Amino acid sequence: MTRKKAVAEATPSRPAPPHAEPEGESEAAAHLLELYRQMQTIRRIEEECARSYAQGKIGGFLHLYIGQESVGVGALAALRPDDYVIGTYRDHGLAIAKGMPPRAVMAELYGKVTGCSRGLGGSMHLFDVAHGMLGGYGIVGGHIPLAAGTAFASKYRGDGRVTLCFFGEGSVSIGSFHEALSLAALWKLPCVFICENNEYSMGTPLQRTMSVEDVSQKALAYGMARDRFFARDVLEVEHRIREAVDRARETSEPTLVEVRTYRFRGHSMSDPGKYRTSEEIEAQKKHDPLNRARDQLKTMGKSEDELAKLDAAIEEVVRDAIEHAETSPEPGPEILEETTYSGPFAR
Amino acid sequence: MREIRFREALREAIAEEMERDDAVFLMGEEVGRYQGAYKVTEGLFERFGERRVIDAPIAENGFAGIGIGAAMVGLRPIIEFMTFNFSAVAFDQIISNAAKVRQMSGGQFTCPIVFRGPNGSARQVGSQHSQSFESFYAHVPGLKVVAPAFASDAKGLLKAAIRDDNPVCFLESETLYGIKGDVPDPASGDHLVEIGKAHVPHAGTDVTIVSWSRITHVALQAIAELAKEGISAELVDLRSLRPLDEETIVNSVRKTHRVVVAHEGWPYGGVGAEIVDRIQRLAFDDLDAPVLRISGMDVPMPYNAKLEQHCLPQVPAIVEACKRVLYVH
Repeated sequence: MTRKKAVAEATPSRPAPPHAEPEGESEAAAHLLELYRQMQTIRRIEEECARSYAQGKIGGFLHLYIGQESVGVGALAALRPDDYVIGTYRDHGLAIAKGMPPRAVMAELYGKVTGCSRGLGGSMHLFDVAHGMLGGYGIVGGHIPLAAGTAFASKYRGDGRVTLCFFGEGSVSIGSFHEALSLAALWKLPCVFICENNEYSMGTPLQRTMSVEDVSQKALAYGMARDRFFARDVLEVEHRIREAVDRARETSEPTLVEVRTYRFRGHSMSDPGKYRTSEEIEAQKKHDPLNRARDQLKTMGKSEDELAKLDAAIEEVVRDAIEHAETSPEPGPEILEETTYSGPFAR
Repeated sequence: MREIRFREALREAIAEEMERDDAVFLMGEEVGRYQGAYKVTEGLFERFGERRVIDAPIAENGFAGIGIGAAMVGLRPIIEFMTFNFSAVAFDQIISNAAKVRQMSGGQFTCPIVFRGPNGSARQVGSQHSQSFESFYAHVPGLKVVAPAFASDAKGLLKAAIRDDNPVCFLESETLYGIKGDVPDPASGDHLVEIGKAHVPHAGTDVTIVSWSRITHVALQAIAELAKEGISAELVDLRSLRPLDEETIVNSVRKTHRVVVAHEGWPYGGVGAEIVDRIQRLAFDDLDAPVLRISGMDVPMPYNAKLEQHCLPQVPAIVEACKRVLYVH
């Protein structure tokens, strides 16, 4: 799998394409193509997750990212490979954008031992130490102090890493959000707090859960830098998050970024969605970031044929991930004690 | 050997481990410039500087979480709670993150962190500042819980806790900080006490008293009273509550056949109940009487000095329980 950074920082020695297109434009198209590939992979993987869930092959809770892919993909494109990412239970997109193999993600959802968390975490708890994926967490807001902690460690060691912390607007009323932002601003920790505002918390619209409409205003009380924008263009997301990442890396200052997005599916698979109209969802789908990226790619000279080939390659990745998940073994009880404690079990 | 206070023993442990490993840092309220609310951390700010001795605002949920995040990526934080009562504000961080991250990541992440501070009653500090938290934390797989009674164990166990790759709740006692005890000289090498090992500070033949932390000292007084009446009591000071040293408990039961468990926390679902269960499972045939518990009274702690003492395990109650299991009434 080609890393997005490798695309973004392709060296001039790379052979020029056959078309007499200027080098910069070609690289820009290749970069967007890579972001599109990630978004489309996430969407297709999740569509298949929904199918497997309906078939009873995936248990527990399943929170889909469909509609929000441009946030995770755009934001993570602004990172170094060794930077840290931490998020909520809606974590499939972040995991794949961070470079985790779709096979390992799908196997985890199936509860298989080949899953990224060996079948012990499930959909909500995707971890990968090698990729700097610090996991998805199930207590709303509870992971935000952890992000301040990994950023604290980076500053303590001077390793130059930045932590990206993702959460929904449903998290910004709870104390752990405020304590983490307060401490990150006080101690100047290299962390970017990304609020993915999909407007509905679980099923309650923002105006009924918050006294202000602009989430980014929460930064003001902490003297923290802030930003606020729509997630419809993945390149815009990357560009704006890069500003915050650069600020964190260069001056060790945190930022609160409110990214306005929309989930096309329910909060989880058990959500009947009675709190919004189908007209509203259809109107929002007109801003689908995947369609926008696809249109942009065509404008940049990518042919329908080229995009179809990419889509076909993604289908193969999805098919392979499902097959891997379905044929992998389950973990046995012997795994439980060694994963609970490091060293002998403390009984 | 030299005699130092319990708080000095803790301070030595922290300083030695910070000296030994740059990944160790100390964070909490008033731990630095103020020199610690109970002076455990006195002088550490001057010695190690603000990078490693960090004064946190009053935000236990926030700074406990910061410690856990830092531990996940390789640091070894010591998080001080001014008292363990305030750990309740950070309860979610401790039980949902510190205790879970290793298992839910399939063993990829560890969380080498110590949460330490005074636990249990002090003197007339009222219901919200007098709670014993060991039963809450010992209940949770993924955590270790330690509660020393003596200065030497305080030092050795804290050093072991800092080096442990698991989250450890290290329960101290405000009323023990000033007591003195023999602690090996640092020049004679690292003084480590293994987590999960009880010891027998007083051997006896007629009855076993199992205790930990402050009540160990009450039990020693009870043993002196019993001796006056010709009763030889043995004391098992657990030191660690999770893991629990079943072997030392059972060996003592095999010797005395009678047991009293004495602790400060509430009776309902307390650590004492767990110990009684282990004894009846592992040493049923060795028992000559039902195991009795002496615990804190089943009410929030009152402020009034006499009522507070009424609610806490006292020497006469332990003596009485020992006699009851010996049927000497």
